[in-house]
Amino acid sequence: MALLEVKDLHTNFFTRDGVVKAVDGVSFELNAGETLGLVGESGCGKSVTALSLMRLIPQPPGKITQGQIVFDGTDVLQMDEDEVRGIRGNNIAMIFQDPMTSLNPVLTISRQISEALELHLKMDRSEARKRTTELLDLVGIPSAKKRLDDYPHQFSGGMRQRVMIAMALSCNPKLILADEPTTALDVTIQAQILDLLKNLAQEFRTAFILITHDLGVVAGMTQRIHVMYAGRIVEKADTGELFADPKMPYTWGLLRSIPRLDERRKERLVPIEGLPPDLIAPPPGCKFEPRCQYRRDICREKEPDLVAVPGAKPDHLARCHGTQAGGWLVDTDWRREIGDTRVLEEIKQEVASVPAEAAKTTTADLPPELTQKEGI
Amino acid sequence: MAATFEKARSTATADSGKNLLQVSALTMHFPLTQGIIFQRQVGAVRAVDGIDFFVEKGETLGLVGESGCGKSTTGRAILQLYKPTAGSVRFEGTELTTLGGEQMRRMRRKMQMIFQDPYASLNPRMTVGNIIGEPIEVHHLASGKAKTERVQELLRIVGLNPYFTNRYPHEFSGGQRQRIGVARALAVEPEFIVADEPISALDVSIQAQIINLLEELQAKFQLTYLFIAHDLSVVRHISDRVAVMYLGKIVELSDRQELYEKPLHPYTQALLSAVPIPDPAIEQKRKRIILTGDVPSPVNPPTGCRFHTRCWKAQEICSEVDPEFIEHSPRHWAACHFPG
Repeated sequence: MALLEVKDLHTNFFTRDGVVKAVDGVSFELNAGETLGLVGESGCGKSVTALSLMRLIPQPPGKITQGQIVFDGTDVLQMDEDEVRGIRGNNIAMIFQDPMTSLNPVLTISRQISEALELHLKMDRSEARKRTTELLDLVGIPSAKKRLDDYPHQFSGGMRQRVMIAMALSCNPKLILADEPTTALDVTIQAQILDLLKNLAQEFRTAFILITHDLGVVAGMTQRIHVMYAGRIVEKADTGELFADPKMPYTWGLLRSIPRLDERRKERLVPIEGLPPDLIAPPPGCKFEPRCQYRRDICREKEPDLVAVPGAKPDHLARCHGTQAGGWLVDTDWRREIGDTRVLEEIKQEVASVPAEAAKTTTADLPPELTQKEGI
Repeated sequence: MAATFEKARSTATADSGKNLLQVSALTMHFPLTQGIIFQRQVGAVRAVDGIDFFVEKGETLGLVGESGCGKSTTGRAILQLYKPTAGSVRFEGTELTTLGGEQMRRMRRKMQMIFQDPYASLNPRMTVGNIIGEPIEVHHLASGKAKTERVQELLRIVGLNPYFTNRYPHEFSGGQRQRIGVARALAVEPEFIVADEPISALDVSIQAQIINLLEELQAKFQLTYLFIAHDLSVVRHISDRVAVMYLGKIVELSDRQELYEKPLHPYTQALLSAVPIPDPAIEQKRKRIILTGDVPSPVNPPTGCRFHTRCWKAQEICSEVDPEFIEHSPRHWAACHFPG
């Protein structure tokens, strides 16, 4: 049985301007130890989905209006406040985006981590402190013992995110929701944190839901990916398959619009024109229809279902009239010419095989007009 | 020409005639003071600590680095939004650091800036027409009907509806606001634009729109860009040459292709390997260089090479001698004792 089963989740926000359907009928499953990526732009409902799973939606204005969240056999939405508190931090933990604002600035690190240990695992102070030291060691905080009584402001951004991870791990949760865990961090620190999360996922067999807008991050971290747009899941696939053979024009658009580090030539990016829809009055048919370059009349009239697509694995689902059986996009090649790292590797090997001295002479022997052209 | 290779450092600053901007030994220290009434200086944040580079006419120079490395400070110090502590900034041969207020204002017609945060960099109480029209007025370029027409033309150029002039910034989305910021920069017909993280506050699908817009404008108006960003894939895409900064110093500077294929400085190598590539097949095979620790404080930077505390190649000399910024191959400079 799946660890987590979300069925037809609807989360709405009731605002002065109208009802914002932030999450609009999202269903997915997650097995124990699995890593799932939830990808989409800001405002597509990915964070609200995560907050709904933890029952952390501020109410009012928000409300989960419909659906089921079955975690480990029980429906989280039917629980009372006390039961939910027993799960939060204990069985489901969360790592937030911004480590600067999600730690309490007036409590020491040790106090913040051991709070959950004392509450959920009924440890006493000294036990909890010992365990906290172990956790900080585990997430790679140097001389953890000395830093127990430091305050958050004494840590750097990357270190704070490590503290957040230690806190999430403290009660050995079965599921960790990581909401943009590296977005606020620098590239080299991001690599450290992703490496840490990957190792922890393998070591503890914890299930992860990784929420991000960065397709590069999910490519290396997840087994399956769900792409969200305007409160709905528009494509579900294995990570490998999603990148190799996406079946939804929105996913194509995302992949085509980002510059890649391994692109070979300087090429024009293909942006997705227009803006994400207003969730108070979304388009009647397919939510992506106004921005889709492949749209046809049917897209405006009827919203497509999330169904299996022809020519793909059975668990590859997409919400698009065009790529469904008999659609007009079944054979469309979405790819733009992008550089292949294999070519790059070949060049690197060529360069390496040239003896160092030969390389030097070639530069010195450059004809003068060429060097001038280079502007030296 | 061969002789210039030996005097490598001077080449980095030498004027070859087509340089629009020439920065040499630029230093920007922010004093740290103590005391309330009698403030005395107890130290300095050495945000930019002696950098040399040039920008050629019509090119895009990318400036990358992690937060706090001094890349934004560099951009602002070039435009004299900060008064540099030392060093020189020459624009078309004119030394900017010694210019007076009025002269500098006149120079600013030629050099403009696009800011990172489209939410904070537009005055919420001014209409779009006033925001874009203000620089036109300040520089006496047009007035009355001609000004209105010019504003409308600018809006059209950046891909907005020309009849938006009476709207306020809050009525626009992030991407549209950034377009307004671009229109404001273009209003005075500048030659040189410093773009300070112009897309990092925007959504993925919108980023490509702005990148394409900047590229189109460059082709149309022969603009020269200094493009500051932390995202290496974006910088690689838009730049002709790329400079990598670490803790107030430029550690490597080269043509984009060369930098990404043959990085010389270990920091550049680590940065490149840390960028995730959206392709699981490549991601699984790639070897990551994971740097340990954090960027040291610019108040008290490490002795010798500033990167030696995190460098896997570091030897004794690295902590003692600051490596020179040397041209290792034509137009490829790096500051490292053990490059390659």
